Amino acid sequence: MKSKNDYEQSGGKKGLRWIYILTFIVMAFTGFGQMPIFKRYYVSDIPGMGWSADFYLTHYIHYLGAIFLLGLFAYVIVDYVLSGRKELSLISSAYVRIALLGGIVTTGIFRVLKNMPDVVFSPDFTRFIDISHLGFMMLYIFLALVFLIMKSGWVVIK
Amino acid sequence: MTKDISRRSFIKGGLAAAGAIAASSVPLPATVRGATQEELATLIDIRKCIGCEACVEACQEVNGRKFPEPKKPFPKMYPNRVKVSDWSDKRDVMDRLTPYNWLFIQESTVKVNGEEETFTFPRRCMHCQNPPCADLCPWGAARKLKNGITRIDADVCLGGSKCKAVCPWHIPERQTGVGLYLDILPSFAGNGVMYKCDRCYDRVEHGKLPACIEVCPEKVQKIGPRDEILKEAYSISKEINGYIYGEKENGGTNTIYVSPVPFEKLNKTIKKGPGRPHLKPVEDSMAHADNLAKAMVIAPIAGIAAAVGKAYSSRSQGKAGL
Repeated sequence: MKSKNDYEQSGGKKGLRWIYILTFIVMAFTGFGQMPIFKRYYVSDIPGMGWSADFYLTHYIHYLGAIFLLGLFAYVIVDYVLSGRKELSLISSAYVRIALLGGIVTTGIFRVLKNMPDVVFSPDFTRFIDISHLGFMMLYIFLALVFLIMKSGWVVIK
Repeated sequence: MTKDISRRSFIKGGLAAAGAIAASSVPLPATVRGATQEELATLIDIRKCIGCEACVEACQEVNGRKFPEPKKPFPKMYPNRVKVSDWSDKRDVMDRLTPYNWLFIQESTVKVNGEEETFTFPRRCMHCQNPPCADLCPWGAARKLKNGITRIDADVCLGGSKCKAVCPWHIPERQTGVGLYLDILPSFAGNGVMYKCDRCYDRVEHGKLPACIEVCPEKVQKIGPRDEILKEAYSISKEINGYIYGEKENGGTNTIYVSPVPFEKLNKTIKKGPGRPHLKPVEDSMAHADNLAKAMVIAPIAGIAAAVGKAYSSRSQGKAGL
C-alpha cells in the first residue's frame, strides 16, 4: 500500500515539489528584497549578490516567479479536480496552507493591479494589501517550517 | 543659497503679496473648486518665471506644519553604515530639495540665437501618472491619489528611502529622528520619514490652489485637467516653437513644463546632484512590470490547458488499454 510520502516523493510529483519550493524561496527572497534591507544588512555586499539591492530587478524576478506560480497553481488545482481527488484526499495542514496561499495570491493580484497605470486604490486599502501580502507570506513560511518538522505533507491516499 | 534680506527678496516679497491679492480675486479653476477625482496636472511655462522664489517661500509657509520636528539625540543606528539624514538645523536651505524645502528654483543659462539667456523654473515632485515611488513602496506610505497627486503619508513612512532610489529624479528627501520607526525597532529598521511636494493635497481637497500656484506673481504655473493642460502646453509650444517636458517622461507625469529652448540644453547647464533633479528624458520605469502583469493573465490559462491536456491524454491511454 502506498503512503502519502511515497506518493509525494514519486517521479514527477517530486520534481514539481522541488520546483515549487525553489520558486517559493526566490519569491520570498525577492519579496523581502522589496524592503530596503539587503543593502543595509550587507546581503548585496556578498559577491554575486549585488543585484539584490536593485529594487527594479528584484521586482521583475518577483513578477516572473508570480507568473510561474499562477500557472503552476492553476495546473495543480485543475489536475487535482480532474484526476487527483479520485485517489487522494487533502489533509488539514494542506487546507491551512491553501488558505494562506489564497491570501498571498489574492493580495498579490491586488498589489499588481495597484501598480498598473490608471488603477488607484484608496490609501487604507493600499496599505492593507501591502501589509497583508507580507503578513500572509511570513505566516506561510512559519507554518511551512512547522509542517516540515512535523513531516506533514499535503495529501493522503484514499 | 540661504534666506537673506536683500533687494531681491524685498522685491519678491512685494511681488508675492501682489500675486496673492491678485490670485485671491481670481476664481479658481472649476476642477479645483471642491474635491475632484479627476486627474489634474500643472503647467509650468518657464518663460514667465523670474526666479523670485515667492513659490518657494509660500510652499514653506503653507506646508510648515507638515515639516518634521525630530527627536534628538537620534537612536544609534545599526549597522554603522546607516547614516542619519538631518536637515533640522538647515531649515533655511532653499536652493535644493530637503525635507524642509519641497520646491526650489533651478537656473539655467543657455545661448539662444547667439545670446546668453538665463531661465529659472520651479522644480519639485513631477507627480507621475504611474509613480514608481508609490508602486514600489513596501508599506503603502507613498500613494497616488485619483486627482493625480502622489503623496507620502508621514505617519506610515519608515524612511527606508526606497522611493528616492526608484524615483527617476530622486525627489524625496529623508529626515531622521521622526516617524513610526521610532516606535518599532529604531536602531534596526527604518531611518525617519521621506518628504516631498504633496501638491498641497489638503488645500486642493478644499477647493484651494496649491500655494506655489496661488502666490506666483507671474502666473508661471496653472492647474487643471491633464488633457486640457496638455492642450494648452501644445498650443504654447506651437506658438513659440518650443519644447515640452513631463508629458511622456516616466510614462507620463502631471507636471508639464514648456520651454522655448530644448530641455537637453537646459539640462546641461543646471546644477544637478543630490536634491537637484535633472531634466533628462526618462523612460517609463514601470513599463516592464506592466508587461509582465499582462503575462500573469495568460499563465493560469496555460496551467489549466496543461492539466486538461494531461487528463485527456491519460483518459485516452486508459481507453486504449481497455
